Amino acid sequence: MYTQGLDLVPKGEKPEAPKSEEEARLEAAFQRKIDEEIRIEPTDWMPEGYRRTLIRQISQHAHSEIVGMLPEGNWVTRAPTLRRKAILLAKIQDEAGHGLYLYSACETLGVTREELYEQLLAGKAKYSSIFNYPTLTWADIGIIGWLVDGAAIMNQVPLQRCSYGPYARAMIRICKEESFHQRQGYELCLALAEGSPEQRRMLQDALNRWWWPVLMMFGPPDKDSWHTAQSMKWKIKRFTNDELRQKFVDAVVPQAERLGLKIPDPHLKWNPERGHYDFGEVPWDEFWRVIKGDGPCNRQRMEQRRRAWEEGRWVREAALAYAEKRRRRQQSEAA
Amino acid sequence: MKGWPLYEVFIRPRNGVAHRHVGSLHAPDPEMALELARDLYCRRGEGTSIWVVPASAITASRPEDKDAFFEPLEKEYRHPSHYNIPPDVKNM
Repeated sequence: MYTQGLDLVPKGEKPEAPKSEEEARLEAAFQRKIDEEIRIEPTDWMPEGYRRTLIRQISQHAHSEIVGMLPEGNWVTRAPTLRRKAILLAKIQDEAGHGLYLYSACETLGVTREELYEQLLAGKAKYSSIFNYPTLTWADIGIIGWLVDGAAIMNQVPLQRCSYGPYARAMIRICKEESFHQRQGYELCLALAEGSPEQRRMLQDALNRWWWPVLMMFGPPDKDSWHTAQSMKWKIKRFTNDELRQKFVDAVVPQAERLGLKIPDPHLKWNPERGHYDFGEVPWDEFWRVIKGDGPCNRQRMEQRRRAWEEGRWVREAALAYAEKRRRRQQSEAA
Repeated sequence: MKGWPLYEVFIRPRNGVAHRHVGSLHAPDPEMALELARDLYCRRGEGTSIWVVPASAITASRPEDKDAFFEPLEKEYRHPSHYNIPPDVKNM
């Protein structure tokens, strides 16, 4: 579903050590490639900081896709029609797929799948704050598709041109599929908007709860985002968090109006001089609380992931034992 | 996954074009790698044929040897643009 411009440096990470002459030469050549828009591929030389930043960003992105299945999974058995149920299942399956593309891209940087998974399950890895909010009504499923996936697209489209080849290629696949997610969500919202007064109230309530958390998806404001400048120089990132947030607000306000919804922000107003919507301050205290593990559903999400991992253990082991048995049988037949 | 080796996945979108590398996945054996590749990379009719190859079976060239390995000498004469043909000569 999406990467948050978190740019959080894990505790204890040390600043770069002084560089040798050889390293400085390699780094200059590396930056020249980036400036010329030549993609970096897994076996190419890259600065340690670039590798670390990418591992952090791609793994956070992958974890977000995987955890992102949980809030939607909550509604599979309660979807109102068979069509909606099939759509929701397909969307959730896509999220699993996106997580797997991204884990694969991350592994090309020299980290193993087990390490990444262990980091998530041990609660050491970050994932998008948005998935720590509950899905209370069916309207939430529409709002997630329209706004959460809409924000994801805003974030991910520039990542298709990310300087790291495997990440950019994964993003191309993901963006293609994400468009379905957004459109089915808006269509669901439209059905509720054209429904009974109660359905319209339900939709407005969902928007009221999700609006600010969705704006947090673009990450902290630029003034608090530590890595932005370096990530922009390395072309891992092409736009800042605040630029993307503004683009998103400008895009979705007319869409909300079309649904007859009111954006829950008294400061939201078109500014003809800027050619953009002005909007109120995002509640950043809440953002930091959720990121640090204290959102409405953080514990539940991690518990569910751990349980799924533990309860699936016998399947993974049985598959491996079966593969081994077959390999041996083939060997003895050949002998 | 512990002990599940890495497979590289190649897909032919339709007859008449070559298989193309699309990504990788972990699987316990080649048969399951094929099924997982179908679920992971062909959810929307992206392929008519899949190859899976254990990543360990691939021998790759070294990026640091790139220049010497691929272009040992200037051989411009191998390219058609190297040859000057008068403009009045047609169909060349």
